[in-house]
Amino acid sequence: METFRIALVSLYANRLRSILTTIGIIIGIGAVIGLISLGRGVEDFIASEFESLGSNLLIVFASPPKSPTRERIEPITTVEATDLLSLPTIQYVAPIHGLIGNIISGGETFNATTYGVTPDYLVVRNYAVRWGRWVTADDLESKARVMVLGSGVAEELFGEDYNPVGEIVRYLDVPMTIVGVMEKTSEAAGENSIAYIPLTTSQQRLAPPFRARTRDGGYFLDALYLQATTEDVMDEATRQIDEYLREAHNVQFDGEEDYTIVNQADVLDALGSITGVLTIFLSLIAGISLLVGGIGIMNIMLVTVTERTKEIGLRKAVGAPSGAILTQFLVESVVLSIIGGSLGILLGWLMAVAGTILVDELNLRVDLDAVVFATSVSIFIGIVFGLYPAWQASRKNPIDALRFE
Amino acid sequence: MRLLRTPTLDLPTPDTQVSDAVTEQRKVIIDLKDVKKVYQMGDIEVQALQGVNLKIYEGEFVSIMGPSGSGKSTLMNILGVLDQPSSGEYYLDGVNVERLRESQLAAVRNKKIGFVFQSYNLLKRTTALRQVELPLIYAGATNRIKRAKAALTAVGLERRMDHLPTELSGGQQQRVAIARALVNEPAMILADEATGNLDSKSGAEVLQIFQRLNEEQGITVVFVTHDPWTARHSKRLIMLRDGKVVADQPVPQPLKAGEQDRPSEAAELEAIFQNTYYGGSKEEFN
Repeated sequence: METFRIALVSLYANRLRSILTTIGIIIGIGAVIGLISLGRGVEDFIASEFESLGSNLLIVFASPPKSPTRERIEPITTVEATDLLSLPTIQYVAPIHGLIGNIISGGETFNATTYGVTPDYLVVRNYAVRWGRWVTADDLESKARVMVLGSGVAEELFGEDYNPVGEIVRYLDVPMTIVGVMEKTSEAAGENSIAYIPLTTSQQRLAPPFRARTRDGGYFLDALYLQATTEDVMDEATRQIDEYLREAHNVQFDGEEDYTIVNQADVLDALGSITGVLTIFLSLIAGISLLVGGIGIMNIMLVTVTERTKEIGLRKAVGAPSGAILTQFLVESVVLSIIGGSLGILLGWLMAVAGTILVDELNLRVDLDAVVFATSVSIFIGIVFGLYPAWQASRKNPIDALRFE
Repeated sequence: MRLLRTPTLDLPTPDTQVSDAVTEQRKVIIDLKDVKKVYQMGDIEVQALQGVNLKIYEGEFVSIMGPSGSGKSTLMNILGVLDQPSSGEYYLDGVNVERLRESQLAAVRNKKIGFVFQSYNLLKRTTALRQVELPLIYAGATNRIKRAKAALTAVGLERRMDHLPTELSGGQQQRVAIARALVNEPAMILADEATGNLDSKSGAEVLQIFQRLNEEQGITVVFVTHDPWTARHSKRLIMLRDGKVVADQPVPQPLKAGEQDRPSEAAELEAIFQNTYYGGSKEEFN
């Protein structure tokens, strides 16, 4: 306790020098805290974007086989969609049938992509309707000429904050009634400029022949969004889907698969590990400034020890054992580095707050574990870089020390 | 100015022996037995002490004098347990210092010796009270503030306890140092040119304190000095030359500090020198 008081008094007496000494630590710790916070913020952001796509999501679409031994690509079909829904690991199947064309409303034209969808698509993708309603089973039954606009499409055609439900537009020369407008979706989903129509309407009324019927007696699909029953069965579901499609598409050899199955969890993991590596890399760079800060502390402590040689001699003369001298200077450097570390944590926190304010998508926060980590690192630096000067101080010969001018 | 002539050098030998016999009864604080100290300066061996035998008893007020190079500082360092003899034995308050480890030496310095230095050696930016408290901290003592206050009161600084060294005169700073030396109730106070940085008035005040502590509380004081005038205030004089004790005798009629002005003339100093000490060369004291 007494040693702490002595250390604080001495540091306070040299406050300008103390502050300058700790700048290295302040910047280093500040950078570490700021970067950890940034890395986690980005990770959170990516995770939340992916969550917004829907949870436990698997996406299946037709794709060219890797192996050159097979050139033919079978489309995904409605028959397959129905079969896959019967898998025990699959809860929902939401098929998509895409078309491109101009949506014309009065004088406005919007070159849009439309998705032919089923009612489940809303559930699987975790979307919400702002005005009106979503595609219904009745719409599918009657191949209704109705359309639900993405928020961006509605804005382009009718302007912001206008409810266009009930308006008639022309799409691929077919008049369609707008029955709903979507809430804005996340950037990652990117479906704000999509318009939705009933799947059957898309496949049976609007599609050109090559995108309509399929050989298995079903209808052409571009992709399937499948929702697994739980997160744990994602891999199992992937395997089962692969098994089914291998059979259905008559895939004989590995590499001849003419479809791709994307597992949302895998994508998330991959992105997470990338941001994780980035965070570690940036933290290492910040660690270099910590090293520099530590050397700064050592430098100043060596100067301090030399300056206070006479004081050390006096302390020894009045009975301070070497251990007490060592402790005194060690405590001083640790206190110095803890002060630097605390200010650094404050700096890092300020950077996180600034980042949160400046970048809308990021919500940066400084977690307790980062603070604990930074504090431990500063104490460690204080000890490591203070040990040598303190050791030098403790082994000064009191006679020489007292004679020192 | 009155010439100071104290022609009492020719004390009868039996008297000295009688006084020795008396002192034998008292507790021995310092006991040096054939202490030698050899320094290695490059290729040259310097024999700083060439076999010093010395006994200092409890309650004595001793001056150790000698010209520069006489081994005075070396002896002072050994007495203060800041240094170890190359050979010979040193018993301090009955403890053989040679056998002690570093931490034990620190404890001996802390508990048995109170140092007073020429340049005060106070800590910067530290109040008088905290200065005096310092040895108690290392002693792990309780009641530190109370004891530090008592020590400061003993040197007449009860009104200066919260002052920093920069706010105190030289004499006051040295009194703080004396209080610091006193506070742990050491076996002896070891003063190294304690009045060397002070004007004659402050010097006299400091000497007065030492004399009072010695007279009233029986504290053993060992004064290392090269100043004959200062030495005349002690009761016993030990003279060193070339690493040997060349004279060890009582001071006839020790001066009482502050009662007489210090003579300023070189001649008078020489007179003191002639009358008080052994027959060495006066140049040694210039």
